[in-house]
Amino acid sequence: MHEPATDWKEDKSSSIKELLGKWLFVLYALLYGGFMFLNVTSPGFMGIDVGGLNVAILYGILLILAAMLLAFAYNHVCTRVEELMNRDAGDDPAGKDGP
Amino acid sequence: MNYAPSPWAVVIFLAFVSLVLGISFHFARKTRTASGYFAAGGQIHWAVNGIAFAGDYLSAASFLGICGMIAVAGYDGFLYSIGYLAGWVVALFVIAEPMKKLGRYTFADALDKKFNSRGIQLAAGISTLIVSIFYLIPQMVGAGALVTPLLGLPNWSGVVLVGVVVIVIVTTAGMTSTTYVQFLKGGLLVVFSLVLVFLVLSRGITTKPDQGGEVPFHEYVTLKATNVSDGAVTLEDASYQVVEDFRLSGGALHLVLLRKDGTDTFWKVDDTAGTLSETQSIAHLSDGRVLYNGKPKEAGAFFQVGHLRDIGGETEVRVANLSLGSFIETIRDGTVIRWGKAVTTRTDGTHTIYYQVPTPGRDVLKPGLKYKVDPARGASPLERIDFLSLMLALFLGTASLPHILIRYYTVPNPASARKSTIVAIAAIGLFYILTLYMGLGAMVSGVIDLTNDNMSAPLLARSFGVTIFAIISALAFATVLGTVSGLIVASSGAVAHDLMDRFGGIRMTDAGKVRAAKTASVAVGAVAILLGILFEGMNVSFLVGWAFAVAASANLPAIVMVLFWNKTTKEGVVAGVLVGLVASMSLILLSQETYNNVYHLVGVTAPVALSNPAIVSVPLSFAALVVTTLLTARKKAAPAASVPSTPA
Repeated sequence: MHEPATDWKEDKSSSIKELLGKWLFVLYALLYGGFMFLNVTSPGFMGIDVGGLNVAILYGILLILAAMLLAFAYNHVCTRVEELMNRDAGDDPAGKDGP
Repeated sequence: MNYAPSPWAVVIFLAFVSLVLGISFHFARKTRTASGYFAAGGQIHWAVNGIAFAGDYLSAASFLGICGMIAVAGYDGFLYSIGYLAGWVVALFVIAEPMKKLGRYTFADALDKKFNSRGIQLAAGISTLIVSIFYLIPQMVGAGALVTPLLGLPNWSGVVLVGVVVIVIVTTAGMTSTTYVQFLKGGLLVVFSLVLVFLVLSRGITTKPDQGGEVPFHEYVTLKATNVSDGAVTLEDASYQVVEDFRLSGGALHLVLLRKDGTDTFWKVDDTAGTLSETQSIAHLSDGRVLYNGKPKEAGAFFQVGHLRDIGGETEVRVANLSLGSFIETIRDGTVIRWGKAVTTRTDGTHTIYYQVPTPGRDVLKPGLKYKVDPARGASPLERIDFLSLMLALFLGTASLPHILIRYYTVPNPASARKSTIVAIAAIGLFYILTLYMGLGAMVSGVIDLTNDNMSAPLLARSFGVTIFAIISALAFATVLGTVSGLIVASSGAVAHDLMDRFGGIRMTDAGKVRAAKTASVAVGAVAILLGILFEGMNVSFLVGWAFAVAASANLPAIVMVLFWNKTTKEGVVAGVLVGLVASMSLILLSQETYNNVYHLVGVTAPVALSNPAIVSVPLSFAALVVTTLLTARKKAAPAASVPSTPA
């Protein structure tokens, strides 16, 4: 009735990737929650100088960079896990072939 | 300010539009099936899809709205950048791969995969339409605002132009042409934002910004008063005559009307320092004339603003070739001249007065100028909750936007969905870091148009020459084209696939479904044009904040629970979507901000004090889904339990 637009074979690494994704999400949510919490409870703290910058700018840029770093790390681990666990599947689980 | 269209801008804009239309017609031959139309056949490379994600997501609100907000409110505008980017983490870690596995063409497909429920198809289809239309309005408003400086055309023609071009893009090759338009726009936007930031850092900061020598810096005059008592203001300079002395903003703003050489001007009184500082004003006179600083618009007497009054106490400073760190440090050590706004109605008409607000650089670089979060500065608990609610909506909204979610169907497999999200995070993250430098660059470069802060980034580009201005403006316009195309594809999918085919049971051939989607695209495009004209002048970021709140409330709880709670029932999903939708919409429509800015009911107290509903409506949606699921699961279990077991 409404199957995906393309087909692919079973991914045996799904559960591991899902678990890793959940933990990384929790980690980032804590970082983001800490940022929101500090903004409303200690606005003065956000203005403290750190080198040439301040906590507010450093924390904000850190959140953006952390998203990038966690994303790259997540992809690296997922790709390795897919290669290891789907070795027998004979398909393209890691999406290397592209279109 | 008075905008003069640049021929270069027109040429680059027309070249870009020709290119995107060429792409659309090129792919039109290949788009005959529903899969091709709605999901580009699921054959887009993950890297292309990732940049197209960026092109889809970096809308007018991101480029024009955030840069403009940082330019006038400093760090508080950057909070949007942080929240918008953080939302992609939810998309990557929670949504990306499962969404690709579950869905086919639309967001409703993924929700409904396990259930095949007409209720879910209807609720998710309606939710997609409402969120997309909420998101469409600010894009079309942004198009209207851009067309005047870019092409010299009236506001409405920009809205119509975008509407018509987007309808052509979407009806020719659907998601395929939309993908490549977004790819082109996303890539160019990041590259030219990098160029602009490089130019800002190279030129550096001066206390007397003159736009590279093109526009002389206007020296703001300060007059010394001998008496600043209310009703008895007198000046050292006898060439000025005090006409009137009054207070606005609940008495906090002390102003005087001075006359010199037959021209009346408003001045802000500093009661402590005993000085009067120059203001700028726009007068809408009873006889229909509009005067800018007492003169017609064409006289060019209304100045662009934004500069540092001093850096480290020195008033004559120029520093060039700054690094990413020293640029921020220079602003931190200076005093930024920001501008406040007050309106007064007098016998000759209505006057909008813009007055100088000297603000320490340290305060510009931390939260609190726009959003009240500091109790020490009078922030109430409600204002702080409102701030948390906004940040929650930004975090949860991204992964719930239907036009973003359908891009997961354009790649061949779940791993490609993940990889394209990572490319998107890298491109979008880089862009959002650049917004801080573009916004602060505009804040100290004397380029801000007091009547339209959305134009800060394009005007910053213009201070570096007409070519970069033309490119950035054309890109800003393309930004609207890319995002609106995605929204119209999502909406047409909701109408043709979710509502007509799956909910309505109108059985269509593949070609018939594509025809229905194209017809729906024309209809949604027409509605978008109409709304864009009706909502002219509304704040772009403000409207996008609503779309995020509605998406986070209606869609996210349902997606998360379908993915991670096996007991979820179809009734629970329908309840979650509808409760989230109704709660967020009701809270928005009954909020004080809507009363003031949409209904224009100034002075009327709205029933809802909260401006951002997510902190209430998201938990409500989760609760409705869980309670309904538990109740319906129990009902289903009860008859089964009452049937006596039969021996085999």
